[in-house]
Order: sequence, then structure tokens, then C-alpha cells
Amino acid sequence: MSSEKTLRPSGIDVTRRSLLKTGVGATALGVIGAPALVRTANAQSKFDWKRFNGEQIDVMLVKNPRSDLLQAAEKEFTELTGIKVSSEQIPEQQQRQKAMIEYSSGRPTFDVTMLALHVQKRLSYKGKWTEDLRPFINNPEMTNPEFDFADFGKAGLSFATQADGVMNTLPHFVDFWMLYYNKEMFQQKGVEYPKSMDDIVAAAAKLNDPSKGVAGFVSRGLKNANIPVWTSWLLGQGLETIDPATGKLNTDGAEAIWAAELYRKLNKDYAPPGTIGFNWNECQTTFMQGRAAMWLDGIGFATPLEDPKSSKIVGKVGYGITPPGPKAHHSAIFADGMGISQASKKKGAAWYYIQFMVGKKHQLAMLKAGAGSPARMSPFNDPEGTKSSIFAKDYFDCMSGSGKIGRPGLPQIIPVTEFRDIFGVALTNTLSGADPAAELKKATEAFKPVLDKSEQG
Amino acid sequence: MTQTTASALGPTAARGSAPSGKPYDFSRKYWVFAVPATVIILAVIVFPWLFTVFMSAGDWKIGGGVEFVGLDNFRTLFADERFRDSMRITFIFTVLAVVIPVALGTAAALVFHSEFPFRGVLRTIFVMPMMATPVAVSLVWKMMFHPQLGVLNYILSLFGIPPSAWVFSPETVIPTLVMVEVWHWTPLVMLILLGGLAGLPKEPYESAVIDGANGWHMFRFITLPLLWPYIMIALIIRTIDALKVFDIIFVISEGGPGTASETLNIFLYLQAFQFYKIGYASAVVVIFFGIIVALSLLLLYTRQKSKWNA
Repeated sequence: MSSEKTLRPSGIDVTRRSLLKTGVGATALGVIGAPALVRTANAQSKFDWKRFNGEQIDVMLVKNPRSDLLQAAEKEFTELTGIKVSSEQIPEQQQRQKAMIEYSSGRPTFDVTMLALHVQKRLSYKGKWTEDLRPFINNPEMTNPEFDFADFGKAGLSFATQADGVMNTLPHFVDFWMLYYNKEMFQQKGVEYPKSMDDIVAAAAKLNDPSKGVAGFVSRGLKNANIPVWTSWLLGQGLETIDPATGKLNTDGAEAIWAAELYRKLNKDYAPPGTIGFNWNECQTTFMQGRAAMWLDGIGFATPLEDPKSSKIVGKVGYGITPPGPKAHHSAIFADGMGISQASKKKGAAWYYIQFMVGKKHQLAMLKAGAGSPARMSPFNDPEGTKSSIFAKDYFDCMSGSGKIGRPGLPQIIPVTEFRDIFGVALTNTLSGADPAAELKKATEAFKPVLDKSEQG
Repeated sequence: MTQTTASALGPTAARGSAPSGKPYDFSRKYWVFAVPATVIILAVIVFPWLFTVFMSAGDWKIGGGVEFVGLDNFRTLFADERFRDSMRITFIFTVLAVVIPVALGTAAALVFHSEFPFRGVLRTIFVMPMMATPVAVSLVWKMMFHPQLGVLNYILSLFGIPPSAWVFSPETVIPTLVMVEVWHWTPLVMLILLGGLAGLPKEPYESAVIDGANGWHMFRFITLPLLWPYIMIALIIRTIDALKVFDIIFVISEGGPGTASETLNIFLYLQAFQFYKIGYASAVVVIFFGIIVALSLLLLYTRQKSKWNA
């Protein structure tokens, strides 16, 4: 029997508040992860974990530690629901290409897919890749009363929600850009953590010591990868590269030039030689070998810094929220979400998989494992989540603090990759001596027709 | 029997004849041999090629519709500064990645052709880079190029030489990538030329010794001319290889810094698999194919001129 038939609208409009109330009551029973008890506790609800017993779903994941956790939880999911899962992890770039080609074919081979919302948000919506999840969330027959939709953080939810309110993915992971700093170096030179973006320059100048092979600052210089560094500075001016409300390009104005000049100054005057070709991994290596005092990047790269086998700065790493800019204080954010293929014949089972994997228990497991920042807020409030043998308190404080001031680090448009490429080259050129204003003007002129065309048809 | 069939078909002159002088035989009994090969060639070579030409005339982005635009993609390409720049970079990279391995490979072949202790072991070691997987060796090279932590700058420092930025500078990225390519493929040239050297006749050398020629004279006026056809083979293989190299550049520099090492292949990859502009990328393929065919024909013509068949 096709599960499609079971997805009829219930006619009951369940609000977030009512879901929350129900969820709180059920959570109090402490039954997550105990299938038999869960079914008993929900005996009065219309929800049944065994509803799609016997079905099998295909899941396409991105290769990363979070997907390892998802795959490890598959056995538990199958025992609870009777739904078998066939999943595969594919490296990020190839996974995006596979998603693009398979969704464009109209017959994707997977029921559930992980999407990079900072790249594929608009693309997935305009291309009608994934199903609107709101009818599932609002249907008490389809959603576990303990699901607690209100638990999702604002940053992740805003990423997963399209302009017209459609939510075609559920956020799973949110990455915040922040400032790693070497506490020992700061103490030795008597430098305090920067209170503003301008302070970063001053601190970098004091900490920069090429004679000892120590750079004051390091961040990505490689084209494409370098965009979030620039957008992080631009957010300090209260601007995103493309205004989400009007679609106006904010890429060659005074604020964008200021951000590009800050990018150039830090990456040219106080960074190690060769930064122009650095991606996150070269920056990470430099920082964890004690060759840089500060590193601006995503908090998702923190785990190796605290690994004694590969890092020389274990226990010396400070995790700081990106300092405020002249006009605003934001952290650039990126997010992954999970969606159900519109062409899937097993949407019910697929939704069960998503709500289980993005449930509180597994989001908490993600935080505990140091696999990144979960999209839900409850793990941060759980002492279990912030009790870590690897990370100090400031790591968790940085995550929750950044979450409160998060704004997208990339424009929410279809041609994100072209944007990153064109402006990435422009920024890289500034490191070779080109004028930031001229480069940004040229890049804006080159990108505008691409953007205009993407919004047509 | 063949003649009988040919007579039945009419005058053979109009049908032409095989190099052996016998007339071609188009009778159906031979179709069973020709048709499978023809179908396979049409399916895997002719059709994809014609389809690529067809796509190059369309504004086609994956996920969107197809719009016929004629030659617009080609006009846009030639007006695209980045495309022209990638042509220039491809040319520089190809020239360096062909000439240097061929020169070094020739020298290595001459060295390993002579007798000396441990020649076999050393020759095996010399060809080892060629056996390595390009992506794997590229990752290793990339680590070695790290400006602060790479072993190469450490080695330079032992000799009092200042550190290099290697692939992390627009000025040095192409020479550095060429260095990897030379390391990887010089052994192939050496193997080709060693085969050529092994087949050279001894008589011209004996005559030259009697005439009082020295080593340089024998190399310049005997070895090089006789070896030239083999060098041409090496040049053709290296040119095609250098033109289509992608893995080494993509893994080590991703076409950067900026666009400093963005060859035609990297440009093509970006258009097709990052921006999903299939029509535009197909136009690049058509141009690229034309360049490779033209160069191959030129080199084959030169090889013929070297009297390979004489």
C-alpha cells in the first residue's frame, strides 16, 4: 500500500504552541529512545511510530561527522519504526552535483536528502526539489507530540524558511563564524580579546611576529572560500551582500569597500605568506601549529584544535564571538537541512526519518560529540550537552551567543556559486595589490546580469 | 570469389580499392563485422560529439529550459576576458609541461641507455612517479608546498635560500604546477625514448668513430636525427596530456590564486559543474576539441616530415 494515501490532511490546525505543550508533557515522561514506552505514552495521540512499518527509504547525505552520527542512529530508527534505511555519504561538492542532476531529471533516486541551505536554499525551492514540510509538522497523525517545533533556533529556521513561508527542509546543523584565538599568545603580549572589528586589526598588529613565524591573523584567501570572511566584516556594517528584502546588491558601496579593505589589511599585513591560496584547512593547520594568533572561520572546525595528536595548542584555544562592526553585531551563519523529495513515493516514511534524526536526542548527541552546532536550542540548555571532556565553556557560550546574532553569511539566491566565484576572485585580486573599490565594482557589474537572469523564468 | 562479386557490382574503379590494390567489397556478408564497430563508434564518439555541438547552440542551464541561441555562446566566450585568460594560461602551461619533460626525458634516456652499476634499480626508481595516482600525489605535493609547514621551504632554508610561496602566489603557481607535471611525466618520455635508443643501428656510430667524431658530434648528427621520430611521438603524447590535465591543477590550486592557474579545463569544469551552464560549457568543449585536433594534425604532419616511414 502506498504511503501516499495515509497523508490526507487531518483538518486539525495544530499550532506551534499546542505542539509545544504536548511535547513538554510527553518529554516529562522521559521516554525518548524507549520505543515501547513511547508508543504507550502516545496511545492517546493519533501518532504511531509503526505506521510505515516495512517500508524502505533511500537517503543521500553529505560526508561529514554529523552524517556518521545519523547512520549510527539508523538501527535504532528501524527498531522503533520498522522502516529500513539505505543511506550513503557523498563528499560535499559531488553531493551537490548529484542533487542538482538527479532533481533536474525529475526522478531522484533518494527519498530524503541533506541540503546545504546557504547554497541550495533558493535552488531547491525554485526547482521544486523538496516537499513543504509544514503539512507534516502540523499533522498530529504524522508528527510525534514530543517533536517540539518551538525548540528550533531562529537562525536555522530562518534559513530553512522560504520567502513565502514554505519550509522545504528542516534545519539540522548551523555553523557560526567566529574568532578562534590563542589565549597564550594574547596573555604573553598583554592583548585583550577584540571588542570591535577595528580592535582585531590592532590586536593582529601587536601579535604579528614574522621573526618567530607567528602571524597575527589568518583567514581564507582562496577564491570562493574567502567570501564568508568578507561577508563577516560586511555584517558589521549591518548589511548582507544582497538585501534579502529588496534584492539590491550591496557589493560595491562604501560599506562593502570598507569590508574588503579590512579583509585585505588583515590577510595581507598580518597573515602568513601564501594566505592568498589558503582554504580553511591551511588556516586550520597554521593555527593549530601555533603559527597564528587569531583565525576567523566556522566553529565546526574546532575539534582538531583540541586533539593532542594533531594540535600544538590544546587547551590554549579561545572561542570568541565575532566582534561587532561599526554599525552592527552579527555572526555569519551557514546551515544544513533535510528535505523530502517531491518525487518520493514514501513521503510518510521519509518524514518519520527526518523528525527522528532531527529530534532532541540526536541533536544533543551531535553537540556532545563535538560534531557541530545543532539547529535546536535544547542541547545548549542541557547540562549533558555542554559537559565536554574536549571543549571549555567558552566554546558552548560562543555557539549559543553567535546563534542569537546570526545572519546568513551568503546571499540567498540561486547563483550562489557564481557569486562566490566572481567576488572571490575580486577579493583575491586585492591581495595581489588591486584596488578593492575597482575590483568590487567590476565584480558587481559582472554578477548583476547573472543575478537578473536567475530570477527570470 | 571476391573478383566475381566485384564484377557483379559493376566497375570497381568507381568504388575505389584497398591499399593492397584489391577492390573494396561491400557485399552484405561482411556487414556482420562492420556494423557493430560502426554502431559503437556512432554511439560513443559521433553522437556525443554532435550532441555537444547541438548543446553549444543553446542557452541551457541544468534545472532550466533550453533556448536556441545560435552562435551567441561563442560570441560571449570570445568576449569573456576570463576565457581568453584561460587560453593564455593553458598555452603557457602546455608549452612548459611539454618542452621540459621531453628535454629531461631525452637526457634521462641517454643516461639510462649507457651501462653503469645499479642501472636497473635506478631506472625503476626513476619511473616510479609515473605509477602514482595523480590525485594522491597532488595531495602530497600540496602539503609539501605549504609556505610555513611544508617540507620544501624547510629544505630551501637548509641551503640558506629564502622560502617560496609555491602555489600560494600568482607569480609562482604555474612554474610550480609545471614542476609537478615534469616530476610525474618525465619518466614516460624516458621510456619512449629508451625504446627508440634500443632500436638504433650500431653501424653509423662505428663509422663515426673511424671518422674521428666525438660524443657530441655523434649525438647531434646521428642519435638525434635517428631518435627524432620517437621524440615526436613523445611530443604528441605529452601535448595531448598537458592540454587535458585537470586533476593536478584542481587538487593543488583549484585554478587559483584568483584565476592565476585557471586553464581551459578548469574554466570548463566551473561552467559545467559549478555553474551548470551546459550550453556555454559545450561551446568551450567545441573550441577545445578544435584546438586539440589542430595541434594533433600539426604534430602528425611534422612527424611525417621527419621521415618516420622513409
